[in-house]
Amino acid sequence: MSEISAEQVAHLANLARIALTEDEIQHLTAELGQIMQAVEQVSQVATADVVPTSHPIPLTNVFREDVVGETLTQQQALANAPESDGSRFIVSAILGEEQ
Amino acid sequence: MAKAALMDYDRALELFEPVIGLEVHVELNTKTKMFSSSPNSFGREPNTGLAPLDLGLPGTLPVVNGEAVKYSISLGLALGCSIAESSRFARKNYFYPDLGKNYQISQYDEPIAYEGEVEIELANGRVFQIPIERAHMEEDAGKLTHMGGATGRIQGAEYSLVDYNRAGVPLVEIVTKPIYGTEGDAPEVAKTYVQTIRDIVIALGISDARMEHGNIRCDANVSLRPRGAEQLGTRTETKNVNSFRSIERAVRYEIQRQAQILADGGAITQETRHWHEDTGATSAGRPKSDADDYRYFPEPDLLPVQPSAELIAELRAALPEPPAARRRRLKAEWGFTDLEFQDVANGGLLTEVALTVEAGASPAAARKWWTGELTRLANAAGRETADLATPAQVAELAALVEAGTLTDRLARQVLEGVVAGEGSPQQIVDARGLAVVSDDGALIAAIDAALAQQPDVLEKIRDGKVQAAGAVIGAVMKAMQGKADAARVRELVIERAAAE
Repeated sequence: MSEISAEQVAHLANLARIALTEDEIQHLTAELGQIMQAVEQVSQVATADVVPTSHPIPLTNVFREDVVGETLTQQQALANAPESDGSRFIVSAILGEEQ
Repeated sequence: MAKAALMDYDRALELFEPVIGLEVHVELNTKTKMFSSSPNSFGREPNTGLAPLDLGLPGTLPVVNGEAVKYSISLGLALGCSIAESSRFARKNYFYPDLGKNYQISQYDEPIAYEGEVEIELANGRVFQIPIERAHMEEDAGKLTHMGGATGRIQGAEYSLVDYNRAGVPLVEIVTKPIYGTEGDAPEVAKTYVQTIRDIVIALGISDARMEHGNIRCDANVSLRPRGAEQLGTRTETKNVNSFRSIERAVRYEIQRQAQILADGGAITQETRHWHEDTGATSAGRPKSDADDYRYFPEPDLLPVQPSAELIAELRAALPEPPAARRRRLKAEWGFTDLEFQDVANGGLLTEVALTVEAGASPAAARKWWTGELTRLANAAGRETADLATPAQVAELAALVEAGTLTDRLARQVLEGVVAGEGSPQQIVDARGLAVVSDDGALIAAIDAALAQQPDVLEKIRDGKVQAAGAVIGAVMKAMQGKADAARVRELVIERAAAE
């Protein structure tokens, strides 16, 4: 049985940019532990001879022709921007860095 | 930023063995993006020509560009890789506004191509086999401009501007295995490897391959281990090295920097570092994230890619000759000396010279313009030589010199116009009025003026001192700003002497 720690939950919350209180961390630590257990039960059944399934539909190679289609105008592209300089989105100062 | 202490390069190599690894991103030149049908073109107005998917708008779904898959397979084959019978896309999750979706569609555990090898040859003739771990498909991210900081860099920025035009451009990321045994050649191996990748993608015709446009980008991993040690040292990953010269310099810098830290008893921090072209140094970036932190999982919106054996065979049959064979063939065809050939290869200009020769120039003229004037202009401007002009433009210039329309001196002026984007050589000759003047009327007027200053020249010529014509030719050249056809001026002066 795998344990999940409060530190791991806090780390995951940080990666997902979700602010959690101490109480919420405690609560989610227990819940995530249970989810992990449930997944482990599945893993016991899924032995080496069972091929992992990432897609339930037996389809492959669905491709698009390399042909330009309809596009948005600049105004349309920026329509939902909280803020823009007329041609680009404005976002607040980035503390992290490019990936 | 305090400059790091650097150990002498030779001393660093006495104490430590460098091990490098390279990640090269190649932007493909398909007509449309990786997962949407919006145009894949450089230089558009910001945030124009976008599809809702490129902005990560809700309700949009990606569809794979079949042409990009073919390009990726061709590249994998050219790198000597095996092509996966089944490969799939994965989500790489991170929060950064360069992608609107908050994840990048990439490939993780099932890349399209794996286990290859690329042969490179250094200017000194040493040959290395570079082991390729994988080449995978992914999408490029948008472009951020940091505003408000003193330097436009991330630190101190007050806000950032986002242009999503590049978001979704098809990319292939090529990852090498650790490269051992390069010793003092490590910096040049890194540079030559990226030049070779560039030659390959140009020969395949799958990328515009312009370094300045970011069509090819390189991250360089460097680690050192003490002589005799088995275990690899801690590595750093230097980003933002986007010219051949800076790749070489960045690797050399990291070797010297890390050696000094280790020799002083310190430890290398595993981190990304940023290369600064202006200072010639790297600075610390973020600590390297665990791959786990990206929480990769199979992309649920896309189906696996399973290329048929027939398709792979077809693409394999269409491959251009491998770089090593091509190098040997070109060397034989061009008839250059070893030094001349090295000059071209070292500048990463094999493809440029080859295409210029294909466009009609002589090998000697192609080499002269690329490794001479263009390289000089590139160095002066801190740019990549290959980005300054196209092979067709250089061939046109060589033809104008060959035809006597331009002297070398005028050709250099025309070349400056080409680099400044003023048009084709012929257009610049017309616009700037740079052609050699061989019109007799104009020449005779200038000769008359010169003879008025030097009335005894004709007499000397009649006395058999033909070289006296040189003084008139010089004066005419000066008066016509170097544009006079010297041979015609000489003929006219001698005719005049005989006639009077």
